[in-house]
Formats: sequence, C-alpha cells, structure tokens
Amino acid sequence: MNEAARLTRAHKRFGRTVALAGLDLAIRPGEVLALLGPNGAGKTTAVSLLLGLLAPDRGSARLFGRDPRSPAARTRCGAMLQVSRVPETLRVREHVHLVASYYPRPLPVDQTLALAGLQEIAQRPYGELSGGQRQRLMFALALAGGPDLLFLDEPTVGLDLESRRGLWQAIRDLAGRGRTVLLTTHHLEEADALADRIVVLARGRSVAEGTPAAIKARAAGRRIRCVTALAAEDVARLPGVHRAERDGAATEILAAEAEPVVRELLARDPSLADLEVTGARLEEAFLALTADPVQPTDLEEDAA
Amino acid sequence: MSATATTTRSPASPLPIAAEPPRRTPRQLATIYALEARYEMLKVLRLPMFAVPTLAFPLVFYCLFGLAFRGGGPGGTPMAVYLLATYGAFGVIGAALFGFGVNVAMERGQGWMLLKRATPMPPGAYFAAKTAVALLFSMLIVIGLFTLGATLGGVRLPTDTWIGLALSLVAGAVPFCAFGLALGYLAGPNSAPAVINLLYLPMAFASGLWLPVEALPGWMQQIAPWLPAYYLAQLGLGALGLPVRVSAGAAVAALAAFTVISLAIARLGYRRDHGRTYG
Repeated sequence: MNEAARLTRAHKRFGRTVALAGLDLAIRPGEVLALLGPNGAGKTTAVSLLLGLLAPDRGSARLFGRDPRSPAARTRCGAMLQVSRVPETLRVREHVHLVASYYPRPLPVDQTLALAGLQEIAQRPYGELSGGQRQRLMFALALAGGPDLLFLDEPTVGLDLESRRGLWQAIRDLAGRGRTVLLTTHHLEEADALADRIVVLARGRSVAEGTPAAIKARAAGRRIRCVTALAAEDVARLPGVHRAERDGAATEILAAEAEPVVRELLARDPSLADLEVTGARLEEAFLALTADPVQPTDLEEDAA
Repeated sequence: MSATATTTRSPASPLPIAAEPPRRTPRQLATIYALEARYEMLKVLRLPMFAVPTLAFPLVFYCLFGLAFRGGGPGGTPMAVYLLATYGAFGVIGAALFGFGVNVAMERGQGWMLLKRATPMPPGAYFAAKTAVALLFSMLIVIGLFTLGATLGGVRLPTDTWIGLALSLVAGAVPFCAFGLALGYLAGPNSAPAVINLLYLPMAFASGLWLPVEALPGWMQQIAPWLPAYYLAQLGLGALGLPVRVSAGAAVAALAAFTVISLAIARLGYRRDHGRTYG
C-alpha cells in the first residue's frame, strides 16, 4: 500500500508516563489527516516519532518507507512544532530563506511568504511579531522547503478567531495543491473544518477513526450531573446511557442525548436535584463509546 | 558521482515512495554552510547584549591594566606587551564560551534546535556557523588589542611575532568552542550565562589572564596548570618570545586533550537530547 508515513504498534513512555501504547497510524498520500485528542493523548509524541525526533521504545516509524531520520525522508517533510521559538533578531524573510536553503527543491521565498500571509512583515524581526504572526512564521517555515508532507502540531493553539480562520484557509490551499497534511488538534471543530479523515487519540491509543461527519456524530455525547436517590447501576441501564457513576453526593452520567435521559430520571426520582447538563469532553465521549477496552496490540510483540 | 542515476521511475502517485530525492551537490552544501554562518553572524551582531561585552571587555581591561600602568611585568617585560597575550586569550575564550554555550543552551531550550532537527539541515552546518562566528569575534578582538598596543601602548614587534601571536590566539578559540558546546548541552537555557561566568571569570584570573601568573598567590599558581586557559596564555606568551613555564608543544597537547574531552561531553549531551521528551 502506498503510504506517506506510518507508525506500526508504536510504544513510547517517558519515565512512568505512557505516551503511546501501541499506536497504528497510516497517512495516505494527498489526504489531510487530523489527530484529535485531549492534551496528553500522545499527539505530539506521534508526530515526534514520525519526524524521527524521538525513537519508539517498541514498534516502528516510517516516513516515505524509510527511517524518519534519513535525510532522504526529511527533505520531503516540513514541520510546525509546538515548542519552537526562533532567534529574535533575525527577520521573517531571513528565517524563511535559511530554512528553505536546507531543501533541494524549496518554494521561492516570496511564494512561501505569500502563502503564509507574511509579505507585509517580511522585514520585521521575529522578536517584534505578535503571537499570531509568530505562528504564521512557523507555518511558513514548515512549507518553505516545498514538502510533500506537512506536520502541523497544534497549528492554531493560542490564536484568535481571525488568525485561526486565516491559517485554516492557508492549510486548505495547500491541501488543494495535493500536499499531504498531518495536523494535531484538540478541537473537534478544527479537525472538522480541515480534515478528510480524523483519528481520535486517547491515552496513547487510537480510539476512533473516520470521516469528520462520522466522528462528529459519535462525539455528540452529553454529560449529566445530578443528585439523585437512584443507584448508579440502575441509571447506567437506562436507554441511551453509556456510563453512570457516583461522584461524591452526585451522580455523573454520560449519554448520547440528554433530554430522554433527563425525562426518565425525573419520572423515576421526583426528588432529583442540582441538575446540570454539559457537553461531554471529547475524551469522555470516545472512551464511553469504545465498547471494547481490550487492546489486542498490547498483547503482541511487534514484528519489526 | 556517476551519471547512472538518471533513470527515474514514473511516479504512480503524487508521492512515489521509492523516489530518490536529488542528492546535494557540493555547491548546494557550501551554500547551506555559508547561509547558516551568515545568519548566525547577523543574529549575534544584532544582539548588543552579546556583541558589546564580548568585544569591549578585553579591550577595556587591556587599557586599564596594560596601558594605564606603564610599569614592567615579569622580567622587566612591559605590561603592554605581556598583556597582549593574556588579554588576547581572555577575549577569545569569552567569545567562544559565550557564543557557543549560551546560544546552544538557549536554542535547545526554545526548541529552535528541535525545529532544525526536523529539517534536512546537515547538523555540521549549525556547529560550523557557530565556530565561524567565534573565530570572527576572536579576530576582531585580536585586531582591536593589537591596534591599542601598537598605538597607545607603543608596542613594537617584528611582523612575524604579531602574526604568530594572532594565529595562536585565534586558533586557541577552538578548544573553548568545544568546551562552550559541552556547557551548552549541560546547562539549562536560563542558567547557562551564570554557569559560564562562574567558570570563565575565576578560571581567567587563576590562569594569569588578568595579572601575570607570577603575581598570583602561591596556591593559585598551583591550581593554574589544571586550567585550560593557562595553556593558551602560555602559548601566547611563547609566541611573543617571552619566558614561559610550559613549552609550546606541551601547551598544544594540553589544549588538544581538553578539546577531545569537551567534545566527548558535548556528544553525550547531543545524544541525550535525541531521546528527550519536550513540550
């Protein structure tokens, strides 16, 4: 099968924290793939393994069929990483020029600046840029080399709405030119706006995968919290309820839809009090929805 | 390279997996090294916090101790001559330690290094650029000191003595580039300047870079041979034809050993970074 990049049963731990617990992930040529998940789900670790910045403890990472650390693989990738700050005294254009020079077939510097919307501030030193402008420069550095595959790790984190939409448009433009994009995000909305396919990560595993429409339908869970005399086990058996458990005096319920469950609860327990309904956090929604907690990949040693 | 690599398979998809990327020509590689050095230089020159003290301190100290005191140094050598070697050593060591140590520590901390590692940048370009900048600063310091010495200090030396001293000093920056690199990997981004100052200033004093080593207390003279800066100062004094405590050969050997040890430490740090978590 033709793949731009792949993780096979990748495990990675940092001290006692398990970042990846046997993740399988394939990026297909030409697609925009979103890795969606809460903080700590393993998104950044997955990107780091694919870029060869970290080595997996077990399993393998391949980039264009090669070791991600090989220069041959790297010349075809660009990356926007979360932690990067660049020297403050160099100007926007100088940064783009330098990074572009590392690649055999870079985009012309002016084109990169235009794609990232940086023409007007090309002569400004990094130290004088606003947060949104810095983020756009990081995006420009990712695409300066004319890569076939872009890694965008939380590209819009910390951006205001306008900057976010601007960056979304730039990412769409790139995808329209046939570039492959892997982006990580903890916003379903962002994944929905950009991706052809979404892989949901939680605790270092893939817990769901599908088109944005399919993922959205599954993620539309609600969290209900109330003080009730009903036993949590009974509540858990109500139709539409995924999970119910006691949390101090209150009972916490995860359900696909709130209204039928609330109606049923009130019918059974007129003394019910302190009712709250909120959107389920993504992780909860997906953990609740993944019926089978057994991860077969855990039990097998990788063949690589 | 032969011309047989011209057969390309036709791409079956927008991302042919097996396609060989074009190999870098020596010329492209040279371009990368040159650009990296140029931008490293611009970066540093635009940072007065680094450029000004690095260039000014050795010159100001030389004026204070070498020119203001018109007295004689050890063996009746004019201080203006003697201190050319030792403040030269002081200057190039500072340029190397701070240029490498602080920058490497900071760029590791900021993730700039990580971002570069995600690109196909040849790692050598990064280190070569920093070495080039340290050598450039060393040259500027040496030129500045020589100008002060020859004009205000009235120092007259044969041309080959000037050249010999200049070469010893500039080449003497290299071991301290290696040491700075090691410190850049050991120290955190915020502690690096403090750590380097705490090593650099006492070492400079005890090695006889500020005052002739003969003028130091006895116990300090005992420590001096354990300090790498001492050997660079001795090398410089030897180049001036002044009496030295260590032969040029022994000084070069000591500095070479110091370079190897520093590079080994830097290498450990570099490796450690590869397995490190971040963010």
